[in-house]
Amino acid sequence: MITQTTVPIVDSSNILSVQDLVKYFELKQALFMLSGPPLTVKAVDGVSFNIKEGEIFGLVGESGCGKTTVGRLITRLEKPTGGRIDFLGVDVATIRGSDLVAFRKYIQMIFQDPYESLNPRFSVFRAVVEPLRILGVGDSKDQRLELVIKALEDAGLKPAQELIGRFPHELSGGQRQRVAIARALVVGPKFIVADEPVSMLDVSIRAGVMNQMLELRDKYGIPFLFITHDISVARYMSDTVGVMYLGRIVEMGPTEQIINWPTHPYTRALLAAVPVPDPEHAYPPVPISGELPSPINIPKGCRFHTRCVYATQLCREVDPAAIEVSPGHAALCHFAYDFFSMGRYTAPEAPPPKEG
Amino acid sequence: MVLLDIQDLVVHYKIKTGWVHACDGVSLRLDKGETLGLVGESACGKTTLAYGISQLLPTNAYIKGGRILFNGQNLLQLSMKKDGRLREYEPKLNKIRWKEISMIFQGAMNALNPVHRVGDQIIEAIVFHERITKQAARARVEALYDLVGVPKDRIDNYPHEYSGGMKQRAMIAMALALNPKLVIADEPTTALDVITQSKILGRIKDLQSQLDMAMIIITHDVSVVAKTAKRIAVMYAGQISEIGTTRQVFKETAHPYTSGLLGSFPSVKGEVRKLVTIKGNPPSLVEPPPGCRFHPRCPFVQEICKTVVPPPVDMGNNHFSHCHFSKELEGKLSPEVFQ
Repeated sequence: MITQTTVPIVDSSNILSVQDLVKYFELKQALFMLSGPPLTVKAVDGVSFNIKEGEIFGLVGESGCGKTTVGRLITRLEKPTGGRIDFLGVDVATIRGSDLVAFRKYIQMIFQDPYESLNPRFSVFRAVVEPLRILGVGDSKDQRLELVIKALEDAGLKPAQELIGRFPHELSGGQRQRVAIARALVVGPKFIVADEPVSMLDVSIRAGVMNQMLELRDKYGIPFLFITHDISVARYMSDTVGVMYLGRIVEMGPTEQIINWPTHPYTRALLAAVPVPDPEHAYPPVPISGELPSPINIPKGCRFHTRCVYATQLCREVDPAAIEVSPGHAALCHFAYDFFSMGRYTAPEAPPPKEG
Repeated sequence: MVLLDIQDLVVHYKIKTGWVHACDGVSLRLDKGETLGLVGESACGKTTLAYGISQLLPTNAYIKGGRILFNGQNLLQLSMKKDGRLREYEPKLNKIRWKEISMIFQGAMNALNPVHRVGDQIIEAIVFHERITKQAARARVEALYDLVGVPKDRIDNYPHEYSGGMKQRAMIAMALALNPKLVIADEPTTALDVITQSKILGRIKDLQSQLDMAMIIITHDVSVVAKTAKRIAVMYAGQISEIGTTRQVFKETAHPYTSGLLGSFPSVKGEVRKLVTIKGNPPSLVEPPPGCRFHPRCPFVQEICKTVVPPPVDMGNNHFSHCHFSKELEGKLSPEVFQ
């Protein structure tokens, strides 16, 4: 489950390698603002991570932190403003023409809302066979049918034969999301981006879909980028977790390491705030103040300083570099070592670390 | 002191293909100042129950039986027509609705009117119900903003100038504006981020102890009720399956469904354990299964479950479980039974 080994910066076993990824969206100018520089939303502002064969990387963050944009950039649904994405050693930005078809075969996406991501007029069979037709996989009708049935059964829809004639409105939410998973699996992908795949599902159904994805990873070794706002879900699903705040991964490391030794003050706040299904749980105070700044005006220095209860002059001026506190576990905080040594649920009354 | 006493409430919705049995014989009691968590998955009838209490059911809802006693008065007598539907406007309810029973709606972003200042919307509610000047009402809004933790200089802003968390706080302020005896919160934090959620839940908890009001918190998230409620009612397919103190329901679980529900929640606390999957899907409420509604998904199902509706089994200390085998299963229920 959890690999405690070191994660080297360059590693040939990386399926996906993202370096310094940037995506700015330019806002349309309002009339009264004709003069002055255009406003840009810095949705993704320097994100780097690697994903290895069979690894599930959980990208966690609140709404508006840029996690969905990262997923869309990797699948080339958006063009990056800067940075580099290498998939199987190939720079994704340079892929053209027929190579793009191959790329789409290798990298697939599962979306959040199975009520919207499936065409209501397509039967289950047609929804799942569509990628095969578009990408030209399988020669005969029979071969495609076989692939569709295998994908549906891998996604936990058994017996598939009975379901292929049904339409989305005849399926439950969980079944629909499983159809969406089958649609991603059918082309035999090498990588899957799953954007909040369980957040629309009912509780008793959600666990089944999560277990199914874990099984798929174990069976085929497919790596996942698992995007979620729910750190409890991320913990259950992922080997490695990246915590995003305002367009940047502020902390990244092996999952249990992040859960038990959260090092960035933002991660600490998230973990203190997340509700726990145990009535006897003692909640620590949440060490965070204020509201999320707009991604148009990202604070100078450390981007978290406006909400950080420990912020010092240094934080207000200097953007922190990543500090690796233990193998493969790094945080973008000047005082990462101090927080790392505090452990998990230490109340924030502890004196803030001194400068320098 | 009993504040709210719901007895055997039955609410069905009329749709083209028949009747949706959204609420089928629900009974529960709420004391003054008590907080009850109402937990269940989508379409289990929890919102129907809430709208039934506040008499806000849509026109295709028919109340087929039962009573809702609020301070001893049957609310259904006030507004129910002969066919079981509610009158769309009933002046008699003005004395109770919002003044005695108020609601915090799901999705505050849609519950506030976008073209009116937030403060004015709260003032309007106060002035409508009480003989009070606008100035006095405004002073009260200022006090309420203090209470829920929104800066006072935001009173004259429009909803779009508020963040999601602030809108939800403004909704809470509006619900508290007339000092109600009962507040019904329908998924009050579902659309919010965790940090905002924890602040709002913390605020709700503080307010309960300060203001001595009763509260029903409706949610699908068992961790939210674990944090806020003293008692929990678990609903499944239009009926209550288990009711007891939060501790009883979590630690001395008596109904198999509760056990499965609790086992399907991931947590950041403790060791990672494999999540439970309850086989199958929640049933259609148009044709709910006979007998115990959970029987098609229950790992302990017996013949009797398929035909006989289970009565509430008294587990002691006001802990009830609607399962024929509650006593037999005592101490044997754990998430593992679903594996």
